[in-house]
Amino acid sequence: MTRSTPASAAFASVALVAALSAAAFVPAASAQTVTVITSFPKELTSAYKSAFEKANPGARLEVLNKGTSAAVAFTRETPAGSRPDVFWASAPDAFEVLAKDGLLEKYDPGVKGIPDRIGNYPINDPQGYYRGQALAGYGIMWNTRYLKANQLPEPREWVDLARPAYFGHVAVSSPSRSGTTHLTVETILQGEGWAKGWAQILQIAGNSAAITERSFGVPDGVSNGQYGLGLVIDFFGLAARNSGFPVEFVYPSVTAIVPANIGLVAGAKNAEWGRRFIQFTLSPEGQKLLLDPKISRLPVLPETYKSAPAGYPDPYGGRIRAKVNFDSDLSERRYYLVSSLFDHTITFRHKELAAATKAIHEAAARLAARPNAQGAKLLAEARELAFSPLVDEAKMRDDSFVKIFRETKRDAESQKRMTALEEHWAKDARLNYERAADLARQAGKLAQ
Amino acid sequence: MPPRFSWPILGVALLIAAFLVAFLIVPVLTVIWVAFADPDGGFTLAHFAGFFSLSLMRESFANSLYVALATVLASTLVAVPLAYLTVRFQFRGAIVIQTLGVLPLIMPAFVGAAALQLLFGRSGSLNLILDDWFGFTLPIMQGLNGIVFVETLHYFPFILLNLSVALNNIDVAMEESAQNLGAHGWRLFRRIVFPLAMPGYVAGASLVFIKVFDDLGTPLVLNVTNMLAPQAYLRVTSIGIEDPIGFVICVILVAFSVAAMAGSGAFLRGREFATLQRGGQSLLRRRLAPWQAVLAYGWIGLVLALVLSPHLGVLLLSFSRVWSYSVLPEAWTLAHYATVFGDSSRMIWNTFVYCGLAALIDVSIGTAIAYLVLRTRLPGRQLLDHMATVALAMPGVVLGIGYLRTFRNVEIPLTGTALTASWLIFVLAYSVRRLPYALRSCMAAMQQVHTSLEEAAQNLGASRAGTIRRVIVPLMAGGILAGFVTSFITAAVEISETILLTSRESLAPMSYGIYLYMQSIAGRGPGAALGVISVVMVAFGTYLSHRFVASREAHHIARGKP
Repeated sequence: MTRSTPASAAFASVALVAALSAAAFVPAASAQTVTVITSFPKELTSAYKSAFEKANPGARLEVLNKGTSAAVAFTRETPAGSRPDVFWASAPDAFEVLAKDGLLEKYDPGVKGIPDRIGNYPINDPQGYYRGQALAGYGIMWNTRYLKANQLPEPREWVDLARPAYFGHVAVSSPSRSGTTHLTVETILQGEGWAKGWAQILQIAGNSAAITERSFGVPDGVSNGQYGLGLVIDFFGLAARNSGFPVEFVYPSVTAIVPANIGLVAGAKNAEWGRRFIQFTLSPEGQKLLLDPKISRLPVLPETYKSAPAGYPDPYGGRIRAKVNFDSDLSERRYYLVSSLFDHTITFRHKELAAATKAIHEAAARLAARPNAQGAKLLAEARELAFSPLVDEAKMRDDSFVKIFRETKRDAESQKRMTALEEHWAKDARLNYERAADLARQAGKLAQ
Repeated sequence: MPPRFSWPILGVALLIAAFLVAFLIVPVLTVIWVAFADPDGGFTLAHFAGFFSLSLMRESFANSLYVALATVLASTLVAVPLAYLTVRFQFRGAIVIQTLGVLPLIMPAFVGAAALQLLFGRSGSLNLILDDWFGFTLPIMQGLNGIVFVETLHYFPFILLNLSVALNNIDVAMEESAQNLGAHGWRLFRRIVFPLAMPGYVAGASLVFIKVFDDLGTPLVLNVTNMLAPQAYLRVTSIGIEDPIGFVICVILVAFSVAAMAGSGAFLRGREFATLQRGGQSLLRRRLAPWQAVLAYGWIGLVLALVLSPHLGVLLLSFSRVWSYSVLPEAWTLAHYATVFGDSSRMIWNTFVYCGLAALIDVSIGTAIAYLVLRTRLPGRQLLDHMATVALAMPGVVLGIGYLRTFRNVEIPLTGTALTASWLIFVLAYSVRRLPYALRSCMAAMQQVHTSLEEAAQNLGASRAGTIRRVIVPLMAGGILAGFVTSFITAAVEISETILLTSRESLAPMSYGIYLYMQSIAGRGPGAALGVISVVMVAFGTYLSHRFVASREAHHIARGKP
């Protein structure tokens, strides 16, 4: 058999491909490659990539896109010297974690014109590890077609989302999954107070059709009409609207304006050019890129707003009334408590919470038509059971309690404490929701 | 069978063993170890006790089991009629149906799920029409049954493919004698045909079970978190917490998958399925009665419509400017394709290189293991087979984390680049996880090469190496190619490892690109466009290889191949 067999021909051709690709993949040994690790979407990073490379001929920007928590894990697991150069993401918590682990290097790009504070919130890290690069507020986004088809009114405030009309039409994400959702939840908790804030969050979650796994699941679902409305960070809503989707966005009065950050990674491959990139993102030219309709973020440099299109929200101009002065120390202190409590009583028990919420709405409607004192009492009891947090304010302020969430879980004792607590929450939440649904049904019957 | 022991054979066996230990066993063990380790590095079972004390975990476990079993059942209902009708009856378009049946596998599960949301979701096309005309909607995509729906559409081809092969191999004499003895229709199928095809069915069903039990992407896209794989993922990937319970779940996932595989093996062992004569060309295809034909075509039409709906959804999305709360997109554009070709052509190239090399490694190792197991009596040779097969049961997340941990300080000799920062890591990860598919094809192919041909070659003076190169490999070519294609396809749509291992965007393959685009509103279109390109390319490759195998078979028959 002398002819070359197809199998060996296949071998040969693949070997050729391999050789070619090996040649193509020998890394260009130029020192001007900057690697940026970020959670930001491709439109934003592509815009910065092309602008930066144009402004610095010979430089190459490598973007590494990962979710915020995955990006932190990646930076941590990579040995010094081959880490990415710049870390760029929304959640300040991620930067706090990195700074604590010694993974950030102080750097002051010396850009002029950026104020120190937005409201009460420092734009740059007081210790100098990271800097605010854009501003973000939180709000409500809705699909105009969806609301029209289902004859629903447009919302203005968080509390509107708890109204019976919106049952099954809302979407929220979970704070443990997305830094931005965590900030939204924390904003409501700080703006309304612990108990009232949780009551609001529980009612909104009870009205929700889904607790989405990623924060992007909410704007995505609202844009394509799977959900009617949702809690989102502003640029998701603005970018969707500016890309032509039938959606609207509003900042409720209980909102906080918080910076999205950028920082230089310690042990970076190319720190010098990492610094240049950070400087570029804060320059007037770099700030202006944020105004692109597909990006729609709020620049941190006030003068940029002069070239913004009409109607563009300006956090410095008083168009957004941010009532909440965000306290990041408080947020950081109870970070894991808030996330765990949300997951164990809302995310994982969503079915029971939604059932209780539905029963309460129905009973309330009946009682409104035929008032009944005993029924009203039962309904109030049901509301209390379903919409109170399982951890009260005193306990939240108790340091020894909050500490359980910060300990390493590898130790058998703390592991045991933690699982006992989780189990307790899971059981109580289920029991409360089921009892609340029961009481509400009884209350509804009394109205007949 | 040539039984001899020789140094080259031992050398090859050790080389393969070293490869599997380094790139499969060690990384997996580094991850699994966390589940058993206390803070001082000692051994503990406390984390397992913690796991079982949580009602949420018990509930997740029950949910995962329910979804996996229900998907096996639903896939059976879809795949068995499809396989039986197309293989055992005269059927128009049988090849088209068999090819289309494979299409679901060549789309990343999360892309399919996203597209299905647009068609069958709460405000999907179907529900909008139903609501408009009849005033009700169907919760097709919600809760655990929504997952069963999506997973069934994605994984039923595993049963279809394995069962079709098994049905093809049934001795037609068995069927004929049963018919002569008066068995017809349902009874014939239930008592004779299906039992004889059992090995193929069980192989396919256990694959479906494992895949669904481990699947992360679909539950996450449908926002269901009360299942094992999502719980493991949520616990392992939270900021600042390294929660051992997440790793306990990984151990349980691995244990269950291995048990499912071992169970199906044990079930088949000790039963006699072999028939004297292979089916093949002598297979008699029966005719369908007219009313049967109507039913059969109706059922197949319905199934195909469902199977192709994710592809249709992605295609529509890739051409749509805005698609929101409407039955069909209202504005069309070609811009997404321009965007994709503009900035993602590197990713398309990367996919070809990584998956091509990985599939090449797979068929090389697969052929070598098949030879060692079937043609030598090297002690412990079965172990290689078992080790390679275990990769099937490894969740991508586990292997991905294991790679990052194990190789973070390993440099590639001569280049000075870290292994985890190079493109080689993709090739290694893909090749290890797809090896079982290629191995099965190579084994099957070698089993069909009669040893007398090798003996004849050696009697004529050919060396062992010469025999392998000039006789065995060419005769196995069809099977090797099938293995290559399966490895390539499944590696091209892999996402969970890929996300973890991507260290630079310029190194990323297409599946990562699709995932990345799908993270923003303006990126849905380009992401869908990239998805369409990947499906078209892979489908074209599959079709070519089918053509190639078919023409080779025709060639051999013409030359009187045994």
